[in-house]
Amino acid sequence: MSNLDQVFVTLLHWVVGLVPASLQPWVSTLVIILAIMTVFGTCFALTTILERKILGRMQNRYGPNRVGPCGLFQPVADGIKMLTKEDIVPFSSDQVVHFLAPLVLTIPIWLAFAVIPFGRNMTAIDLNAGLLFFFAIGSASELAVFMAGWAGQNKYSLLGAMRAVAQMISYEVPLVLAAVPVVMLAGSLSLNDIVQAQSGYIAGGLPRWNVLTPWGLAAFIMFLIAATAESNRSPFDLPEGESEIIAGYLTEYSGFKYALFFLGEYMGLFAITSLAVTLFLGGWHAPLPVLEWLPSWFWFGLKFSALIFGFIWIRATLPRLRLDQMLSLAWKFLVPLALLNLLAAAVWHWSGQCRLFPGSMAVRWLVCAAILVFPGIRLGRSLNGLSATPRQYRYAK
Amino acid sequence: MLGSGIIRGMIETGRNFVGSYFVKDRLTTVQYPEEKLAPQENARTIPFLVYDGDDAAAGLRCTACTICEQECPPKCIYIIKDKAKKPDFVGKMQLFPAVFDIDISVCMSCGICAEVCPFESIKMDQVFTLSSDTRFGSLLLHKEQLAKSNDYFRKIHPTDATAIDAERAETKSKAEAKARAAAAAPAAPAVPAAPTKAVTP
Repeated sequence: MSNLDQVFVTLLHWVVGLVPASLQPWVSTLVIILAIMTVFGTCFALTTILERKILGRMQNRYGPNRVGPCGLFQPVADGIKMLTKEDIVPFSSDQVVHFLAPLVLTIPIWLAFAVIPFGRNMTAIDLNAGLLFFFAIGSASELAVFMAGWAGQNKYSLLGAMRAVAQMISYEVPLVLAAVPVVMLAGSLSLNDIVQAQSGYIAGGLPRWNVLTPWGLAAFIMFLIAATAESNRSPFDLPEGESEIIAGYLTEYSGFKYALFFLGEYMGLFAITSLAVTLFLGGWHAPLPVLEWLPSWFWFGLKFSALIFGFIWIRATLPRLRLDQMLSLAWKFLVPLALLNLLAAAVWHWSGQCRLFPGSMAVRWLVCAAILVFPGIRLGRSLNGLSATPRQYRYAK
Repeated sequence: MLGSGIIRGMIETGRNFVGSYFVKDRLTTVQYPEEKLAPQENARTIPFLVYDGDDAAAGLRCTACTICEQECPPKCIYIIKDKAKKPDFVGKMQLFPAVFDIDISVCMSCGICAEVCPFESIKMDQVFTLSSDTRFGSLLLHKEQLAKSNDYFRKIHPTDATAIDAERAETKSKAEAKARAAAAAPAAPAVPAAPTKAVTP
């Protein structure tokens, strides 16, 4: 069991042992970088084809099934197509910024994977401020998106970039606020410690995952909503908005640069999904004691895949939001609820230690849920009222 | 309640996802090269020439009257009349085409040629896999390629073909009756010759 669990760690040690001692730290770093890039690169290729197939099935279509068995080689065909396309740089564009934008988007997102614990002893760098590092690195993508939109000298690009920046900065707030209670209760910013804090089982054999607490469940849902918006996926795909502004900030990009944006978008999704697994779904921990014999990286992969499927499912279901709806959802619903969630987490933590609640789970659940549900319904009503008032146009009469 | 619509929508898409693997009726896509839908009876692509019997050269209905050539809006039909004549289905002597070409790269599938043809000879086909690897040669169809049997016509346009066949059979029986009557009354020896002169341009 422990052999299978540690198979990648053992492999790394074996490879590193092959080279002289002075080179070992470098080789170790290189191997880890290669491993992460290979695994998530493959993941990216598989997700593009599986997403299209799942979307197809959800719309009662087949999806791509022509290239290779069941269309599985479709990513290869797509890749060749992207690489052989002409790289068009508009004459009036800002050439340097136009060139830099896809790189600025892609590189920080790869860095974000460095702090994620993919399994037992499988963290590339165990930073003691890992979560902070993740959010700091992740917010560099806003800059890249605005660079892309600005460099194109195109009104659609610029509109898309403005939308993207408005959306990503707005949703950064609930994203971080949803993650804060986890840090509060784990008492650490290190993702390894956060996973460690979710180990073990409560009396009923249920795992001690954050998602199985009232504040954790609320934070998980808010985190997923904010993560969808952060990665510009449907229903928050306003920055691209094909039917409204052509392709938003991607309008002036073609060929491999477009592919890099595409890659960056999916990598961002993978990184933030990995973080969601780590923060709320117990990281690499097994859900039941009897299932502990399965390797830790398998559990991480399973939870990761399930969440990615959830994102695809949501994409297949929901239509695009309007800009004002998107912003009000962030500022009028998610941010207040995330702040209240801090209170709920504090109450949950305090009531667990206090003698006032004699260990009664049900009472704690009810109290914490009440803190979140009633304001949630109230705030939800205010969101519903949004569409009731007719819009006033000042200039477009 | 906030979010109930989302749940309902996700149940619907989830049901589609699972159902599409088990209920074959859900997948309405026709996987084209492997499975093909039969074309509708009124579908039309390019014109073709109908012939009766088994021999395309002998049974061609076309009399090279060039009405289709003149009416064709993009002028994609090219006809040269043969010097000889041959009897048509009622035994009347008619001209026939030595060359009958249709440039299908020019043809716009309007079907006007089929509508104006007084001999029920040119009709609209339903073949649509007409692409070729050469640009001009293989898109210029000659008489031999255009000629298709009446059986084929009956197969692709059954309603049309049945009506035309009935009409032609009636015309033929009338002509035969007339010929028999003419044979019975031993007068007017030049009955078949006179109309032939009229047709000759």
